[in-house]
Amino acid sequence: MAARDLNPLRRILSLPNDSRAKTVFVAFAVSAICAVLVSGATVMLRPIQAANRAAEEQARIEALVRGVPGMSELLEETGGTLSTVVIDLGSGRASPDVTPETLETALADPGNWSAIEAGDDLAGLGQRPDVAQIYLLRDGERISLVLLPISGQGYNGRIDAILALRGDMNTIAGIAVTRHSETPGLGGRIEEAAWQASWPGTEVRDDEGTIRFTVARGTASSIHEVDGITGATRTSSAMTRIVRFWLGPEGYGPFLDAVNRGEF
Amino acid sequence: MAETFRFWPTLTEPLVRQNPVTLQILGICSALAVTTSLATALTMSASLTVVLTLSAGLIASIRRHIPDTIRLIVQIVIIASLVIVIDQLLQAYLAEISRALSVFVGLITTNCLVLGRTEAYARHHPPLPAMVDAFGNGLGYSLALIVIGTLRELLGKGEVFGYEVLAPVSSGGWFTPLNLMLLPPAAFFMLGLLVWAIRSARPEQAEAPDHVAPMPREPAE
Repeated sequence: MAARDLNPLRRILSLPNDSRAKTVFVAFAVSAICAVLVSGATVMLRPIQAANRAAEEQARIEALVRGVPGMSELLEETGGTLSTVVIDLGSGRASPDVTPETLETALADPGNWSAIEAGDDLAGLGQRPDVAQIYLLRDGERISLVLLPISGQGYNGRIDAILALRGDMNTIAGIAVTRHSETPGLGGRIEEAAWQASWPGTEVRDDEGTIRFTVARGTASSIHEVDGITGATRTSSAMTRIVRFWLGPEGYGPFLDAVNRGEF
Repeated sequence: MAETFRFWPTLTEPLVRQNPVTLQILGICSALAVTTSLATALTMSASLTVVLTLSAGLIASIRRHIPDTIRLIVQIVIIASLVIVIDQLLQAYLAEISRALSVFVGLITTNCLVLGRTEAYARHHPPLPAMVDAFGNGLGYSLALIVIGTLRELLGKGEVFGYEVLAPVSSGGWFTPLNLMLLPPAAFFMLGLLVWAIRSARPEQAEAPDHVAPMPREPAE
């Protein structure tokens, strides 16, 4: 060996592999480099991913509307756009101070969220926002279609979906699942068009106004049922609970009543 | 390092003779989960091959500086970071594929195949041979996945790659889809049959039985 190497990096690297200093150094260096890589990738790619997700949600909403018979013509007539409304879930009316532009800031404020009591918490959410953004499609004065974002706890994680109701606020016009993490091939089939095809035409409430909607075990046998998914009982019952929660009094219930009274 | 590196055998050995899935029975959990259709099986194969090759190259290039006491942790950290970076890239640029793979990209980290190859091969060889070996193993894994995926999709839905091959009864054909094929147990059956077929064709792969049944003896008089 010649004179001591003055480069500290090379000095550490030339230590024997089992020395304590080198072990600590290698562990530290590897974790530091990996941490920089991972956070760098996450931070730099986040805008692209967010744009992807937004585009995807928009595409699903459009596909959902176009999938409802007669809706694409209506959409053309009204200028090709849905009107977006932020409603107050408690009163069921359009929210006086939150607009679609300020929705994100409003949702970031914990004051705009209310806890759901355990007995009412069918969807397993724990809390829900006081305001929600919905989409309306009008045919003249009459509302012909509403799109309601719904969400809840599935088998592996949160399920986000958009439920379309016809003008009577009782007949389902379609569903689009925008995000889920259910088991691929089993519960994951909730995002397949084949399963979603059994939703349109299903009626949520019976004549007395009680919610009867159920994802059946097996094939649907009544007007209030949609087909179940074989091998995914937990996901199927989660979908039942999510729909029942969001169309019930804690969810969009007040809004649906307001529409039925002709207030929208 | 007296042994010379031969490119071709290193690449082709893991395809059938040393196939990681059918001979070493590694990486089974993902093989079960993603083989319900050929498309997901292919994407998973591609992602795993990329991760495997890159991590083998990285670990082989720092192999002289990995202390033995923490080598497994160092390897796992490198593999996991690669997986996260690739997952993020997929989400950003190939959103469709990333959705189809969902959680399984994350599971590449725990795929024993990746750690198995870095631990058994990349740790003792220079980067290039290590990457060739890893690529070969990735191809071997892909081959097993493609075979199982094709059979499951064909028998379970009557389709290959989404195209109808066997006309199902529901659209006026003769084929009744076997729903069992789309459920996880079917992957075990298929894998078992595949292993059986390969070991019948190549008897040298069959393992010696761990225990030999005692010879039946005449009852004592």
